[in-house]
Amino acid sequence: MTATVSLLEARDLAKSYGPVQALRSADLVIEPGEVHALLGANGAGKSTLVKVLTGVISADHGTVLVNGKPARIGSPAQAARIGLAPVFQDPALVPDLTISQNMRLTGTSSAAVEHELRALDLAVDFSDQARDVPLPMQRMIDLARALTRDPALLLLDEITAALPSDLAERVFAVMQRSRERGRSVLFITHRLKEVIASCDRATILRDGRAVATMAPREGGEERIVEHMLGPEAARASVAAAEQGAGAADVRPAAPAGEAPALKVDGLFGGRVRNMSFELRRGEILGVAALEGQGQDDLFAVLSGGQSPSGGEIRAAGRVLKARHPYDSIRAGVVLVPADRLHALLPQRSVRENVAAPRYNSFSRWGPINMRDEGRRVREAEQALHIDTRAARQVRRLSGGNQQKVTIARWLANGFTTMLCFDPTRGIDVGTKRQIYVLLRRLADDGAAILFFSSELTEFPLVCDRVLTLFGGEITADLPGAAADEATLLRAMHGLAESQAGT
Amino acid sequence: MTATTGGAPGRGGPARLARRHGWTAGIYVLLLVLTIFWRSQTSVKWGPFDVQSLVIDALPLCFAACAQSIVIISGGIDLSVGSMMSLANVVSAKYMLHMSFDEALLFSLAVVAGGALVGAITGFTIVITRVADIIVTLAMLFVLGGVALAVLEVPGGGAPARFQALVSVDTVLTAWFPAVLLILFGAVAVLWLTVRRARIGLAIYAVGSNRPAAYLAGVDVKRTRVLAYAYSGAFAALGGLAFTGASGLGDPNAGSIYTLNSVAAAVLGGVSLLGGVGGLVGPIAAAFVLTLVKTLMILRGVDQNYAQVFQGSLIVLVVMIGGLAIRQKGKGS
Repeated sequence: MTATVSLLEARDLAKSYGPVQALRSADLVIEPGEVHALLGANGAGKSTLVKVLTGVISADHGTVLVNGKPARIGSPAQAARIGLAPVFQDPALVPDLTISQNMRLTGTSSAAVEHELRALDLAVDFSDQARDVPLPMQRMIDLARALTRDPALLLLDEITAALPSDLAERVFAVMQRSRERGRSVLFITHRLKEVIASCDRATILRDGRAVATMAPREGGEERIVEHMLGPEAARASVAAAEQGAGAADVRPAAPAGEAPALKVDGLFGGRVRNMSFELRRGEILGVAALEGQGQDDLFAVLSGGQSPSGGEIRAAGRVLKARHPYDSIRAGVVLVPADRLHALLPQRSVRENVAAPRYNSFSRWGPINMRDEGRRVREAEQALHIDTRAARQVRRLSGGNQQKVTIARWLANGFTTMLCFDPTRGIDVGTKRQIYVLLRRLADDGAAILFFSSELTEFPLVCDRVLTLFGGEITADLPGAAADEATLLRAMHGLAESQAGT
Repeated sequence: MTATTGGAPGRGGPARLARRHGWTAGIYVLLLVLTIFWRSQTSVKWGPFDVQSLVIDALPLCFAACAQSIVIISGGIDLSVGSMMSLANVVSAKYMLHMSFDEALLFSLAVVAGGALVGAITGFTIVITRVADIIVTLAMLFVLGGVALAVLEVPGGGAPARFQALVSVDTVLTAWFPAVLLILFGAVAVLWLTVRRARIGLAIYAVGSNRPAAYLAGVDVKRTRVLAYAYSGAFAALGGLAFTGASGLGDPNAGSIYTLNSVAAAVLGGVSLLGGVGGLVGPIAAAFVLTLVKTLMILRGVDQNYAQVFQGSLIVLVVMIGGLAIRQKGKGS
């Protein structure tokens, strides 16, 4: 191996978005003629690495060698010229152009693309507008377009995530054929089974660093998961689980006979497929899932932002048919989204932000009771320790304080069920801890909380119970204490042994 | 198992043609209906002269609509169209006054090129500074309007008689076909149709349709946006020249009404304000419709103020009906 020149060699790549370090020091070596998997949990830096390699974004530092020579990749077009052809998660087809116009836009011959598609046993009407072509098919067209360039390295960013299995099979066939012809493939996926079945080597990222490069067939899923977690984290998660278990003992049992705060029965909508669960008052129920497994849709449906296509939601025993977020809010089901700026009015004051839902109800038309409003807001502020020194404009608060304002808003207005979607994303450790404590206190006061997080370590600390989702379905229902990272990660990948919990 | 997604038979042909070009066809039908109505309303003999005067009336708006449409298709908006027209108008009227016909034609070409250059500068400013297009072009509205006033403070100047005749008198083949229409179609054909189906034209649609996707597909987004504004500048300059030819006069405020009317014509002509959808053929018809509606109002002695109310209502109504029709079709398929 050492004598030959690697096809692609990335050394010490780093990239940060503001205070968030997406890549710390990523190394990646791809040999000619291999199918290489890039693995890692959410936020490990996979997508960032692919974007750097294909010139969509530029790295802060680090070097990329292609065929042993330093390469400067400034744009997707430049990447294509040196033989790197990406197929992105979002298809790069322009919706208002026809397929053949899309091909002409990138200087690709439609005939060649048609030929590649035929080799995949697919047929497409090239005079169709891209927006009329189903998404899985758009990806296949994207793939075929990339193949016509006969790239030295094909980068497939989660291409199989939204493909039905027969199309996914064809992608594996493409990878196999590339290998036979001495071309390489970089394959990014969440599905470990696919990796073991079709990849020669795998590089595993954790916290923006490449922690291991291994042959996935040796050791299999267990070893991959171990690397994704890291030995320290595995140990830490055990410790956290013990802590969580200790806390669980002192929790009062919910009064028997009371209707659950939230009861979901056979829910469908978006990617959500036949979900049923109950959430009691005083309980924090975790939702753990890899990206795009239906958690976004679940939260959108529950909060009234999206209509379900089937099933029933009951809030405190009453059927909830939300056609607008207002309906959910009135039923006591409120949302704390990940992106604070979605929920807040950034140019307005803390007070107005906290009081905003109160301006909605008809009974409060006419003069606002400023004294009552002021009291409620002050109480919420004090309860949450919001730093109000920059209270005149919410956008000037820190991320953690902004998140507290979104929670304070519901505290001041009353709710029974709080849907927290990744509430600690991009927040410093200290404030995170405050938010954990706060959520627990809310639950102790009788609130029901549905809690999604992209950080697995949070589940045993925060939750009484954890559901894992995979492909829009619930794959496991774990007690919070047992929800250590390794268990969660396995269940989140839809691996069979953990389904015993359902 | 052979997947034939998207290849279902019976979806091509006339049905698709109707779906893609339905709006443009509709606006031409509207134009035809209005024309027939117009004819029935005219008591004296309706003839070539009426057609000619309508064309002269509509011509500056036709060019303005083209200028605006290209920018909107690219996902932007150009509020400087009117001022650009005024500037081209006063510059041409001031310097053409004592020129020969041939010199005037050459000078016109230079004005169009100058318009393209100014448009490119506007586009470049937007792309480089990342200030919103609506703000930059609003600023250019004032800048170019000021320059136009500096060039010619009060209406004046002129153009060679032969040049004016080209716009307002000449006809081709029959008395029913004004020569200026040939100039309009020629300009659209040469400037637009040549690139419409080529990569740069597709890039304008792509950038307006979905900018990230266009970027990922390797389109130079910045260059494409600058190009769209350059086109806008060129068409606006043609509009200014049309005004010079039609009126034989330079007026620093001539273009001011065209900024918003051009947006109206573009929208009425099937260009989506979201970008990526539409063409120039529809907006040109829409420019005629808007001009004809005004003519009809005057003909029937409707108060000028009410005429504007009616014109505005017509735009909303047509766009609304069109939007509903598209939604219905979307549900049907």
